[in-house]
Amino acid sequence: MDLKDLYQEIILDHGKNPRNLGKFDNYNKDAKGNNPLCGDNVHVYLRLNENKKVEDIAFEGHGCAISMASASIMTDMVRGKEEKEVKEIITDFLGMIKEKDSLETNILKDDEKTKLMSLSGVKQYPMRVKCATLSWHTLTSALDNSDQIVKTEE
Amino acid sequence: MNIDDIKREFPIFDDKIQNNDLVYLDSANSSQKPRVVVDRIYDFYTKEFSNVGRSVHYLAVAATNLYEQTRVSVQKYINAKDKDEIVFTKGATEAINLVANTFGQKYLSEGDEVLLTELEHHSNYVPWHFLRKAKNIKIEFAEINDDGEVTLEAIEKKITNKTKIISVSHLSNVTGAILPIKEIVELAHSKNIPVLIDGCQGAPHLRLDMQDIDCDFYAISGHKMYGPTGIGVLYAKKKWLEDLPPYQGGGGMINEVKKEGITYGELPNKYEAGTMATAQVIAFNESIKFMEKIGIKNIEKHEKELLDYGLEKLRKNNSVNIIGNPKEKGGVISFTIEGVHPHDIATILDEDGVAIRAGHHCCQILHDKLNLPATARASFGVYNTKDDIDKLDEAINKCKKIFNL
Repeated sequence: MDLKDLYQEIILDHGKNPRNLGKFDNYNKDAKGNNPLCGDNVHVYLRLNENKKVEDIAFEGHGCAISMASASIMTDMVRGKEEKEVKEIITDFLGMIKEKDSLETNILKDDEKTKLMSLSGVKQYPMRVKCATLSWHTLTSALDNSDQIVKTEE
Repeated sequence: MNIDDIKREFPIFDDKIQNNDLVYLDSANSSQKPRVVVDRIYDFYTKEFSNVGRSVHYLAVAATNLYEQTRVSVQKYINAKDKDEIVFTKGATEAINLVANTFGQKYLSEGDEVLLTELEHHSNYVPWHFLRKAKNIKIEFAEINDDGEVTLEAIEKKITNKTKIISVSHLSNVTGAILPIKEIVELAHSKNIPVLIDGCQGAPHLRLDMQDIDCDFYAISGHKMYGPTGIGVLYAKKKWLEDLPPYQGGGGMINEVKKEGITYGELPNKYEAGTMATAQVIAFNESIKFMEKIGIKNIEKHEKELLDYGLEKLRKNNSVNIIGNPKEKGGVISFTIEGVHPHDIATILDEDGVAIRAGHHCCQILHDKLNLPATARASFGVYNTKDDIDKLDEAINKCKKIFNL
């Protein structure tokens, strides 16, 4: 295990200055997620336009550097993408965090993949995996219009 | 007392953990176990095992005697008047649930108030919340002051003629505040209100005298007292145990069982339904003996020295903010570092073998009040040294470095 894998510069940067933090007015989908064991929470807001494209996305919440960075990078990455593309990215990301060595989707460009892979350091820290995945599960919930609050302890 | 000798009695420190010497600062969560406790469990299972209180064969009688010896040890350790005032439970959580459930059944009805404090662990809130749902009772919270203490005045302020029971922590697992429990009990009794003390953090670190404190109930966690998991104690005045209904039904707690009706057993069997955590109870006797051998006064003194040293050290460390400043404080230091989330602190410290806890420590009410989603916490046990605190301080510096502070 190496802390440098976990706390890469990009994670520290996004953790300290999360992009897309806040809420915007004309969102049409949103969902909340929380991590009951550590008290982290996130609220994802997005606007899907008539072509099912993510026109805008933002999040509110608080948590550790990993969870804030993950939400920040995620929101950056899915803006402008179509719903089914977003879902593919989510599945790919969660699969990578869970077991796969790399990202497989063709939707993301190489530099985007590199950015996302910066979160792969959590794989060595099983207790921290949920920090990286919370916002992603919450995004799924928002897209599916689920009223259920996402919890990482299920 | 020689800490090096004491530390050697804990096998966990024999080997490296992830290539580090273990700096265990999570005793408020659960303490490590001395060899005598671990060995006792092994010996009991391998040489002496039988169920207790039922059969008449040799092993059953011997096991029953051992089990009952722990009851007497606990009675003496906490200076309870009678051994029947000691009820074994699976932990302090069950002890509090037992009281909330049985006292609630018999004495609480709609509109009645239960008085807790903002410091309480979830285990001294959720069981009462069940009653709020089931019986529409009210729960009041005595407030903390800026130092993270709950004063006698804060308790007094929330007592009304509807208050039916007061349930408060002895020692906060977050701010370390030691509550004036004797005074709280005196005040409550002057108004005919019984008091339960959540002694999870009190029992491992403070001298206990039930007859002096005079509380009605006191909940103890075994695994925080260098004992096994799965065992706790409810101390309750005999009058309550005789008066309240049984908690769980099953074997061992009955007198006579007929199709038409059932009568319940005598104390303490009335509250110990089913096969109990026998090996753990028997091994818990070794924990009590271990603490007695060191002496609670020596434990208090040692942990106070560590606390003073730790507070001094961490206060000097820039960007470390210590939570609460109680005048009477146990060996718990909760802190935050400006710009680093407590979970990141805990992960980074762990890399150097420094084990702390991060999160809300099962005290969300308190963290909401402090307006902090989480804190980092270092807590002490008999085996800790000043060197451990130096390592904590160094690891905090490393943390600040990683986060460019």
